[in-house]
Amino acid sequence: MKRPSRRTRLGFGAFVVAGLALALVLAFFVSPSASGDPDGLNKVANDTGLADTGTDHALDDGPTAGYEVRGVDNDRISTGLAGVIGVAVTFAVAGGVMLVVRRARRTGRVRAVPK
Amino acid sequence: MHIPDGFIDGTTSAGAAAVAAGGLGASLRRAGEVLDERRVPLAGLVAAFVFAVQMLNFPVASGTSGHLLGGALAAVLVGPAVGAVCVSVVLGVQALLFADGGLSALGLNVINMALLTTLGGYAIFIVVRRLLPRGPSSLALASGIAAAVSVVISALAFTVEYAVGGTGTASVSTVAAAMVGVHVLIGVGEGVITGLVVGAVLATRPDLVWGARDLALDLAPTASVPERVAP
Repeated sequence: MKRPSRRTRLGFGAFVVAGLALALVLAFFVSPSASGDPDGLNKVANDTGLADTGTDHALDDGPTAGYEVRGVDNDRISTGLAGVIGVAVTFAVAGGVMLVVRRARRTGRVRAVPK
Repeated sequence: MHIPDGFIDGTTSAGAAAVAAGGLGASLRRAGEVLDERRVPLAGLVAAFVFAVQMLNFPVASGTSGHLLGGALAAVLVGPAVGAVCVSVVLGVQALLFADGGLSALGLNVINMALLTTLGGYAIFIVVRRLLPRGPSSLALASGIAAAVSVVISALAFTVEYAVGGTGTASVSTVAAAMVGVHVLIGVGEGVITGLVVGAVLATRPDLVWGARDLALDLAPTASVPERVAP
């Protein structure tokens, strides 16, 4: 069977969808398996006593605080769902900010012309 | 690498918030200038991807993990200004939704993980690129090296902030040595992952890589690429 050229470029829309799908897969399936050890800063903080100076986060009681969805008992699913929520919200907020920034600059330009 | 509340005193944190706001404002202005239709969803994708990979802590030494900061990666993919905004959004979502990174430390975290890694990382990327032969693999290598160094820059920035307003009793030199030591290891991981991701995007859609704009222009007129897609 002759396949269409393998070198055909992945379309832009397909690229974005594939990238988002990869982010969601990493967040849902892989993040629950991530190392639970303290990260570099936390490790240093523990070792040097800095950790004692830390104070509670004001939003520690939030519904997704600590990358765990309240009310979901299964740890893997709880973390995975938190990851999916984070990916979706981050995509929406970052995309939204960029849209606003782009529009602001365009309207700014239009206004600048008549003056 | 997310600084919690309390590590750095209020005055220093507030000053850092002002600096971060200024840097973010400048990045937003610059982002408005360079954003075209396609870079809007692309920026959203980069931010979402950075969020996802920041969850993937990998072990670096006994009892220690690290995760990608993603600033250098974002800068190479969508440019330093748009990248800085992307990582700032990630940090904001983490602090507000997931209680990761103190609210009072948000300015510090934006400086360390969003501004320095993107702007500093991109500067290093440019310099390293000039030292290497032209081509996609050099781009991926330069991205990896920039990413690795950006993690150490970020660790040093924390050390400076600790020196200015740290509330702990440990000496600055102790903190500096520990931070740099651990983050050199994490930086290696960041560099490898960044190089692989940039390489993968270059293999798929090199035209979408901000740091490869000139390369894509070089490739376009040559016969090799159009010939392959010609019927």
